[in-house]
Amino acid sequence: MLQQYSEQAGGQKIEIHSSNHSFALWRLLLYATADFPAWGDPNSPANSYLSPHYIQKSIEETGVPNLVTSVLADYRGFDTMFETAVVFCAGLACFLLLRNFKQKEENFYRHIPTGVIIQFKKGDKTLPVGKEFEHIDTEWIPYDLIIKTVCRILIPFIQLYALYVVAHGDFSPGGGFQGGVIFGSSLMLYAIAYNLRTLVQRVKEKLLGLFCAIGVLIYAGIGVVCMALGGNFLDYGKLSQILPVDPGHIRAYGMLGVEIGVGITVMAAMVIIYVNIVSIGRHDEGL
Amino acid sequence: MHWQIDLIILTFTIFCALAAISVKDLLSTAILFGAYSFMMCLLWAVMGAVDVAFTEASVGAGVSTVFFVAAVFRTSRRTKD
Repeated sequence: MLQQYSEQAGGQKIEIHSSNHSFALWRLLLYATADFPAWGDPNSPANSYLSPHYIQKSIEETGVPNLVTSVLADYRGFDTMFETAVVFCAGLACFLLLRNFKQKEENFYRHIPTGVIIQFKKGDKTLPVGKEFEHIDTEWIPYDLIIKTVCRILIPFIQLYALYVVAHGDFSPGGGFQGGVIFGSSLMLYAIAYNLRTLVQRVKEKLLGLFCAIGVLIYAGIGVVCMALGGNFLDYGKLSQILPVDPGHIRAYGMLGVEIGVGITVMAAMVIIYVNIVSIGRHDEGL
Repeated sequence: MHWQIDLIILTFTIFCALAAISVKDLLSTAILFGAYSFMMCLLWAVMGAVDVAFTEASVGAGVSTVFFVAAVFRTSRRTKD
């Protein structure tokens, strides 16, 4: 942009001017950083009122050792609920913008025993996909045995790790967001190692949409249950009336439920976004 | 205390950031963004913000790189400007 304008103006004057301006702005911003409190300064405004309360009282008030989780899911639970809703909206927006229900004009099939490739120019003719024929992409590459085998071994472990991250969000780093993202990326790895059709057949689009909404509903539902039991919205302490667990740990159980909701939504939204981007909304062939 | 580690990681971070905006090949840009995210993740971990580092590693270096590669796969490989 800058170069175009300077070429139109026929000289370098504009370019020099704007670079001077940006340099001045840069210096101003650098000068203003001197006013910031030093890193880790215990007397800075951000560290003097709320943080000491969280650090000193968090374990006794919530019973959760991981401070970050207790702040995110309990003290700021309302915030996190709408973050989850934002992820849901991102998945929904990708679906609405990109999804294309029209079938493709050309279809390619491969006769498995002979390896002959059949092309249909009109979309209305189809072959029964099964042991004899398989649906293939326009730019078909034979499957690599090594990639397929390695992914088949790796995917269960990745998914188990994702579940561990969700379940141990209270005690170690992690939680619903990270666990959901890891679970979603294991499904993406499946699509990359095999092909997109295999993933779409295994994990149906309707199921993903349902999961995406159910996660937010679990989160909001726990809040509403707390309200129905006589507390505030997302006041997990009130859940001890219906859950037969140690009342000291009831807030940890409430947070676990909330994190599971977050994980489900994030997992489904990531897969929806990936499938829609990589196949331009057609859900047939892609990376 | 950790200033040598900090310096090395910061140098790599700035190098990755500058390379990501100057490279013409969009696939390389996507990969460089992944490397940049990973360096940021290490920086968070050095500063003790392990939760943020975990998020950066899984979301920034993992999934968003896949999304970038998917978008490059469906558009053009080379940038026009």
